[in-house]
Amino acid sequence: MKKSVALLLAAALCLCLFVGCSGGGNSNTPATQAPDNGAAAAAPIKIGGIGPLTGGAAIYGTAAKNGATIAVEEINALGGLQFDLRYEDDAHDAEKSVNAYNTLKGWGMQIFLGSVTSTPCVATSVEANNDHIFLLTPSASSTDVLGGIANPLTGTVDIPRKDTVFQMCFVDPNQGSASAQYIADQKLGTKIAVIYKNDDVYSTGVYNSFAPKAQELGLDIVSTTTFTEDTKTDFSVQLNDAKSNGADLVFLPMYYDAAALILTQANAMGYAPKWFGIDGMDGILSVDGFNTALAEGVMLLTPFSADSSDAKTQSFVAKYQAAYGEVPNQFAADGYDCVYAIYNALTKAGVKDSSLSASELCDKLIAQFTTMTYDGITGTGMTWGADGAVTKSPKGMFIQNGVYVGMD
Amino acid sequence: MNRLKLDRSLRRDYLTYAFVIVAYVILQVFSGTKGFSPTLRGQLVPICAYVVMAMSLNLTVGILGELSLGHAGFMSVGAFSGAIAAAALQNAVPSPGLRLAIALVIGAIFAGIVGTVISVPVLRLNGDYLAIVTLAFGQIIKSLIENLYVGVDAAGLHFSFLKPHITLAQGGRMILNGPMGIPNIGKISTFLAGFILIMLTLFIIFNLVRSRAGRAIMALRDNRIAAESVGINVTKYKMMAFVTSAALAGAAGALFALGQNTIVAAKFDFNTSILILVFVVLGGLGNMFGSIIAAAALTILPEALRGFADYRMLIYAVVLILVMLGTNSPQLKGLLKKLVPGKKGEEV
Repeated sequence: MKKSVALLLAAALCLCLFVGCSGGGNSNTPATQAPDNGAAAAAPIKIGGIGPLTGGAAIYGTAAKNGATIAVEEINALGGLQFDLRYEDDAHDAEKSVNAYNTLKGWGMQIFLGSVTSTPCVATSVEANNDHIFLLTPSASSTDVLGGIANPLTGTVDIPRKDTVFQMCFVDPNQGSASAQYIADQKLGTKIAVIYKNDDVYSTGVYNSFAPKAQELGLDIVSTTTFTEDTKTDFSVQLNDAKSNGADLVFLPMYYDAAALILTQANAMGYAPKWFGIDGMDGILSVDGFNTALAEGVMLLTPFSADSSDAKTQSFVAKYQAAYGEVPNQFAADGYDCVYAIYNALTKAGVKDSSLSASELCDKLIAQFTTMTYDGITGTGMTWGADGAVTKSPKGMFIQNGVYVGMD
Repeated sequence: MNRLKLDRSLRRDYLTYAFVIVAYVILQVFSGTKGFSPTLRGQLVPICAYVVMAMSLNLTVGILGELSLGHAGFMSVGAFSGAIAAAALQNAVPSPGLRLAIALVIGAIFAGIVGTVISVPVLRLNGDYLAIVTLAFGQIIKSLIENLYVGVDAAGLHFSFLKPHITLAQGGRMILNGPMGIPNIGKISTFLAGFILIMLTLFIIFNLVRSRAGRAIMALRDNRIAAESVGINVTKYKMMAFVTSAALAGAAGALFALGQNTIVAAKFDFNTSILILVFVVLGGLGNMFGSIIAAAALTILPEALRGFADYRMLIYAVVLILVMLGTNSPQLKGLLKKLVPGKKGEEV
């Protein structure tokens, strides 16, 4: 009897795996790597990347992988320096991410695009630093990835700096304090409510820096409520708390899937404050079944907008849509920028082929990254400090008639 | 007749010990060579942890006969208490080996305490009810740890629940950051430590099972009413098996955590509990040797299938179903019974 129950549960697990798999498989299956152009040229430099290609976070990993793939195809078509890109799945799990890293190391990876999500990247960045392999992550924004940055709550440096690790995205605390600064400067609201996801590194990281900065700037936070992965379908408690405390601006440091639900549910209960999001909010207009009219007037700080009139962005968006049939989000743009930033640095350092070892490439890249300026589709005039964090200015955007419009 | 039976079970135990030793020696020799896959080398410690997890759950499910769906909860308790202890003792105990041993013991003790507390309400229940309560327990542990903040400085450990506000003296650092887990674990777990823990677990489980207490536990599994009627103390023996299982899972959790760069509470969720249950069911209820093989094979399998790229998890699931069907077919079982246990191949 018990055996049959156990077997039944095991079968249920198999089913789960099937479901998870089909989800990942459906989203994007076109050819993953096609470094065929100019294959006769010098041996390509092996670039490895890891991201959640299956499971709940698969949209982020797949997007970053697709963005990086487009950049590699473009670069290989130019002739000269050639790249060979290989992406491995980690299902947003640190243990699997380290396994994937070891697999890539066995393959002969010379440059590492890091893990796409924060927790796995905290683990793989330690490995890359130990092996002295250059790591530029598209979107793992936690300070724990870089190390050497003080914890905003205690002021202590909990992790020593990992010298080979750099980020393409904003580090979380910068987003939080920049948002508070922006709200205060533009006088967007007087009574502020915050809803954040307290089992998520990204959301918590932003909140933890937003709260002290808001206090410092004299912003009045009247309601702070949380949700978790298991409770991200019903926001009535959080919204009622914000409403009853009279909040006129709600700060939503989270990804767009939860934000879309919050907007829908707030609309249903007749609550219409100003909404303010961060870069994770980008993508809210492409959520299936979401009434984009509800997002009207939503403000967000984001480095990338698919509707930008910039020529580079437009060409990328067109290519992405042709290849994968959807509008690229900021993860795809970050992946694309990562490959180009590495390409620029290698070109400047005079690297012509794959003869250098991972460690030699790492030294060259660190020297370039701490001195060079890079213009990409997620920002212009980007620079990196020795702490590995990128400096680029977030764009204040708001949604008007279903498209993003710059606020400044 | 009786003597022969005892010999057979003893022989099986010794063969299991021997298999683990041989497997350890082979892997230890080959892991030093250049051709050895870096992926497998990195997985040696997690495999040891999962093997111990599978064996400890087998004690609850296979020997005690109670379905537990919250075993990852004990692993979590062991992982976090062990990792916090190791971080706090970094300066006091410079030797990594000794620190690891202390962490494992602390992990086991904490998980054992939690197991004792849980067993009071849980063991009043049977069958499906027990399964649901253990499931809830696993979720509770996850939520608790996600809201726990721990920092360390010269004055010692500082704890905070729900609110991440801890004031630390100069030179202090945060160890556990609530949902962000422990981001900076110095890896101190070694394959040797994992091997020793597996041997110790085998020793504990085999000695428990072959003892008077073990026979009482199995009698409870086979027929509780009959066992009660001959005067077996149900609560005592159930608790004995359950708490031993929890403590071993705690040690496994500490071993696992100290072999990782970072751990988060969300890692030890319902899915992990089910994964370990799959190891146990696949290896055979009550069969420790089977648990070892199943845990090792199913940990390596998803990594070995990376060549299939997008279809990896699909193939993993198919293989899992085929193996389940295969090991449960009467023909194959008959065939395996003819062979001496221990001669079974390593690969799946």
